[in-house]
Amino acid sequence: MTAAEPLLALRDVVTTFRTDMGRVPAVNGVSYSVLPGETVGVVGESGSGKSVTVTSALGLLPHSGTVESGQAVFAGRDLFTLGERELQRIRGREIGLIFQDPMSALNPVMTIGRQISEGLRRHDRRLSRSAARARVVELLAEVGIPNPAARARQYPHEFSGGMRQRAMIAMAMANRPRLLIADEPTTALDVTVQAQILALIAQVQAETGAALIMITHDLGVIAEIADRVVVMYGGRVVETGPIGSVFGKPGHPYTRGLLTSLPRLDRPAAELYAIPGQPPNPMFLPDGCAFRVRCEQSQNRVECWTQPDLTALTPGHASACHFSHELAASEEVSR
Amino acid sequence: MTVVQEVTPSATQQPEMAVPPGRLAVRRFMRHRLAVVGLVVLVLMGLATLVLPLIVTTDPNAVDPTAFRRPPSSEHPLGTDSAGRDVLARLIAGGQISLLVGLIAAFGATVIGMTLGAVAGYFGGWVDATISRLTDVVLSFPTLIVVIIVVAFVGPSLTTLVLAIALFDWPTACRVVRGLTMSLRAQDSITGVIGLGAGPLRILRKHVVPTVVAPLTVVATILVAQAIMLEAALSFLGLGVPPPSASWGNMLNEAQSLSILESMPWLWLPPGLAIALTVLAVNFVGDGLRDAVDPRTTR
Amino acid sequence: MIAFLVRRLMISGVVLAAMSILLFVLLQVMPGDPAEMMIDPFSFAGNREEAVARRREQLGLDQPVVVQYFRWLGELLQGNLGYSFSSGRAVSEVMTTRLSGTIRLMGASMLIAVLVGIPVGIVAALRRNTAVDYTASFVSLLAISVPSFFVALLGIYVFALTLGWLPTAGMNSPGGTGLWDSLRYLILPASILGFALAGPYMRYARSSMLEVLGQDFLVTARSKGLSRLQVVGRHALRNAMIPLVTVAAIQIPSLFAGAVVIEQIFAWPGMGRMALEAISARDYPILLGFVMAVAILVVVCNLLADLAYAIIDPRIRIGGRA
Repeated sequence: MTAAEPLLALRDVVTTFRTDMGRVPAVNGVSYSVLPGETVGVVGESGSGKSVTVTSALGLLPHSGTVESGQAVFAGRDLFTLGERELQRIRGREIGLIFQDPMSALNPVMTIGRQISEGLRRHDRRLSRSAARARVVELLAEVGIPNPAARARQYPHEFSGGMRQRAMIAMAMANRPRLLIADEPTTALDVTVQAQILALIAQVQAETGAALIMITHDLGVIAEIADRVVVMYGGRVVETGPIGSVFGKPGHPYTRGLLTSLPRLDRPAAELYAIPGQPPNPMFLPDGCAFRVRCEQSQNRVECWTQPDLTALTPGHASACHFSHELAASEEVSR
Repeated sequence: MTVVQEVTPSATQQPEMAVPPGRLAVRRFMRHRLAVVGLVVLVLMGLATLVLPLIVTTDPNAVDPTAFRRPPSSEHPLGTDSAGRDVLARLIAGGQISLLVGLIAAFGATVIGMTLGAVAGYFGGWVDATISRLTDVVLSFPTLIVVIIVVAFVGPSLTTLVLAIALFDWPTACRVVRGLTMSLRAQDSITGVIGLGAGPLRILRKHVVPTVVAPLTVVATILVAQAIMLEAALSFLGLGVPPPSASWGNMLNEAQSLSILESMPWLWLPPGLAIALTVLAVNFVGDGLRDAVDPRTTR
Repeated sequence: MIAFLVRRLMISGVVLAAMSILLFVLLQVMPGDPAEMMIDPFSFAGNREEAVARRREQLGLDQPVVVQYFRWLGELLQGNLGYSFSSGRAVSEVMTTRLSGTIRLMGASMLIAVLVGIPVGIVAALRRNTAVDYTASFVSLLAISVPSFFVALLGIYVFALTLGWLPTAGMNSPGGTGLWDSLRYLILPASILGFALAGPYMRYARSSMLEVLGQDFLVTARSKGLSRLQVVGRHALRNAMIPLVTVAAIQIPSLFAGAVVIEQIFAWPGMGRMALEAISARDYPILLGFVMAVAILVVVCNLLADLAYAIIDPRIRIGGRA
């Protein structure tokens, strides 16, 4: 990839949460970037900080959360230095968000149409009520909602799960943002609907030319639509790179574990692999490499007690493991 | 599609496991400074009503024919009332009665509520439906008015008062216990115990009671505050503790006369402050207990 | 929504029917003769004995209890609640004259409680864990804990007796008319009663707002770039109001209980004072009328709460999940 200016560049973002037990870091110096029009998949278990990273960037953290340091440069401006008003002009207009559970993410006492049009009118003061209404109907039609004019007057509880997520997508793309962020958009949906929603997001992205950050714990989703992948563990990026390279030659034992646990046609489902152990509690992260307690590569070697840096394996593909070379070698052998 | 494990203990729970839950509750309670202050005030109040009678030996009902409506003096530290009785002695005696009525009535209401709630939650079906409807109805009638009406027909006495409050102030306790019993009932372990032939009484004693004790304490505390308020209001209206016995409420009854209200504050300020302070203290303790028992309540 | 409301109406009907049975039982155990009660003790001219006997026959007091109940209920529905023992006036008439006083007092108190309690509770929630929040919570607990009759005594002592700004009792000055005169008399009792109710309202408003503030759809609203005011005003408030309206309506009967005490202290000619007077005069017909008024108030307020809930929440209004 050439040296195109990234649309969003996160640098060393650190976010902590205030809890009963003191300040707990949720994001520990995360850096990754998104190029215009590109799709980046962010994968990790819950608690890995994948969602908190983007909510930090957009200033949407709950009260207990604070961004301690870092930069989030969007289109040349550091979002962390912007005031609330300036952030409001970017949210919804330049960056659209799609949330996990469309039921709880929609206001139950406001019609779908109104919830979409308020975003339109917020960023275009000259837009009249009736023009906004017409635009809402267009948007609903675009995301594949049948009978959009009538549907716009309905409330969220009158929609099915899949339809709600379609409305949510319409809401996120209403102002043709340059960046779409989808936070586990298919997790709360029926399996049959998941594929449709993924296809719709991809289609919307293609039509609008927006970049997309797809946050998920589902590698299958990433494989389907992402150009690049960012793997997060314990509030840090442990591996990042183009999808072919990361999937083909994982440079981190955690990524390899994730890939091994993907069901494959040549293996019976009963032998499904699972990474041993539990995802780490952000409050009690192990010293050094957070993954070492679950790692099959480490075998408790002393190097793992220091934090590994993200180092490049090939151009564009980096991993944070002291033994990525060993991993590469064993990968060769198993091939 | 493959899914990375999503199971994770909620971030705030795990470390607390290191501390025994009981001590953690105590810690949360102590963090409520006002609750601690409330508890101290209550203990002092209780001690005062028990110990002070040994020091202030004046008979609360004794009439001093030489002193009617006298301002505070060395002989009568809080003055005397219209019948020449010592206000301090009456305040102490009234405190005993007010606190006692509050505690007994609230205890009665809690027991009634717990029994009905446990029965409703345990048996479900039409039993539950009937008890729940009854709870709704009793709850929607203001207790003060119901008790006023009962007293109007039966006549005021200490027993009537306690019974009436207990009989009409149980719905909150009932709701809490009913909910807990139902969720307990739904658990497999209980179903198993029932399968082994344990009777309802045994289940209630062995499983329901331990579960509901903590939340029920919170409810009971609030009921104590309500009962003290009800007693005071009724006695104030002349429908509660009948004279000559003193209670904080009936001591205030006299202050309805404007001349007393204006020129003899020693007659009405002390009992009024005593009621206000006590109920406030009980409510502070109740709030603290609620947070200690249920940390999820918004702080 | 129709199904929901019909169900609620039926429940109200059951409650009222149960109340009427209770009243009837009270009437049976009460000292005095029900037939006697239904005849004006003062202005009735003619042979009273005979009239009582006739009325007794009309009511069928020799008939089975069930028949008696329905006859009595019939009279009741026609508005015949009997006559006051002490004044001899019809109970319905006495109650009508007293009703306006109570409505004025309760209306003003309700207004104060809503206008003070709900905004303060909402601000406390928005400023959670700040000095504003702590102060508001303390004041609301004060309002709940300090008995209103003591606040009333203090209020009279300070504002009427010491400062002389407001009258001590009554609804109007002797012969006085006009809005200002009425207002002067209304201010003290209404604010004290209103303050007592503002406490619980403040707590409900705060917790209900906090509940909503934690909801996902508020993040969605912010993600659209809405201003803080729009997020709170358009999205949070409306959702917080749904439980609040219900609670506010259900609390009205307890306001009535408070009114009994306040009316007594301020010599306010309302229903509560009427009831207390009836108790000391052993005027049972009036007391029965009062009980019935309370029952109707309770049922109406519950219905009001359901209706408001159904109107404000589209999940009930459309789709009718009862």
